[in-house]
Amino acid sequence: MNAINPRSAGTSALSLYGVDVDSRLLLGTARFPSPQIMSDAVKAARAAIVTVSVRREAARANTGQQFFELIKALGVRVMPNTAGCRTPKEAITTAQMARELFESDWIKLEVIGNDDTLQPDLFGLVEAAAVLCRDGFKVFPYTTEDLVAAERLLAAGCEVLMPWGAPIGSGRGLANPYALKSLRRYFAKVPLIIDAGIGAPSHAVTAMEMGFDAVLLNTSVAAAADPVRMALAFAGAVQAGRMAFEAGLMERRDMAAPSTPVAGTPFFDLERP
Amino acid sequence: MQPASSKRASVLVNGKPTVTEALTLAELLSELGYGEGHFATALNGAFVPRAARTQARLAPQDRIEIVAPRQGG
Repeated sequence: MNAINPRSAGTSALSLYGVDVDSRLLLGTARFPSPQIMSDAVKAARAAIVTVSVRREAARANTGQQFFELIKALGVRVMPNTAGCRTPKEAITTAQMARELFESDWIKLEVIGNDDTLQPDLFGLVEAAAVLCRDGFKVFPYTTEDLVAAERLLAAGCEVLMPWGAPIGSGRGLANPYALKSLRRYFAKVPLIIDAGIGAPSHAVTAMEMGFDAVLLNTSVAAAADPVRMALAFAGAVQAGRMAFEAGLMERRDMAAPSTPVAGTPFFDLERP
Repeated sequence: MQPASSKRASVLVNGKPTVTEALTLAELLSELGYGEGHFATALNGAFVPRAARTQARLAPQDRIEIVAPRQGG
């Protein structure tokens, strides 16, 4: 039987905090042209996890309830974020509110240290992660490629890390592939999800070929001219990249090596220089 | 200037100054019309679980956050 399951396509399962996840593409739900397009994109991406947020609610607005119903109808796992939080305290309280709202102890932990780059405040991140892990949260920290910060996050109780590819919404791909490769090598057994900066399916393929376990993206799909079609493109890219990683890529060479056998080449003459 | 009633306090609700007679967070939510909606709360930066709102007493200048699910990346 040669049928390929389009969801996993023969790639190994991903386990996050002991939960088997059958898609290596995580999708954000923001910035879509409409709720319907967002829903269609999540399905097209075959995403098993979507990220959401909490925001101030006006009295009698009921906006949150409507959005939550829409998300629940998708049948995917929900990962709330602490987007926009600038201190550990803000992030911790936001996570606690999100846990009550979404009835999920998974949290994408963001502690932002710079408004222009949306770079994580790694010191605040470690501090907040330690508190939340002790409080029973399954913390997915949005971090940089910094190896020491990664070690501290793991020591704080995180079992998954989410290093950035490039600043959120920049679409620049993997800005520091060398450091990301080092991180991947060093933490061979830790699930690593590239979060942020992925602008094109080719970036996702590269991340997956490098052995990252999954990618989390939002703007590159939501801001596409046709988000649903782009979601399909990313689904294919993530699958192709993962299969390539598992298949084992050839070693890169500096000089050419003929693919066609040299032996028996017509007109071959040892005397000819 | 109007003499302020001793029972009325000014608090910040989602960053907006709000005058209320409520003594607890639960009373404030009801007074503002939040009812049984799907939202979570914090008082002065600390999470207040749904079940604890009736015990969360308010003081002048308290900062209250009322949040709900929203799109996110």
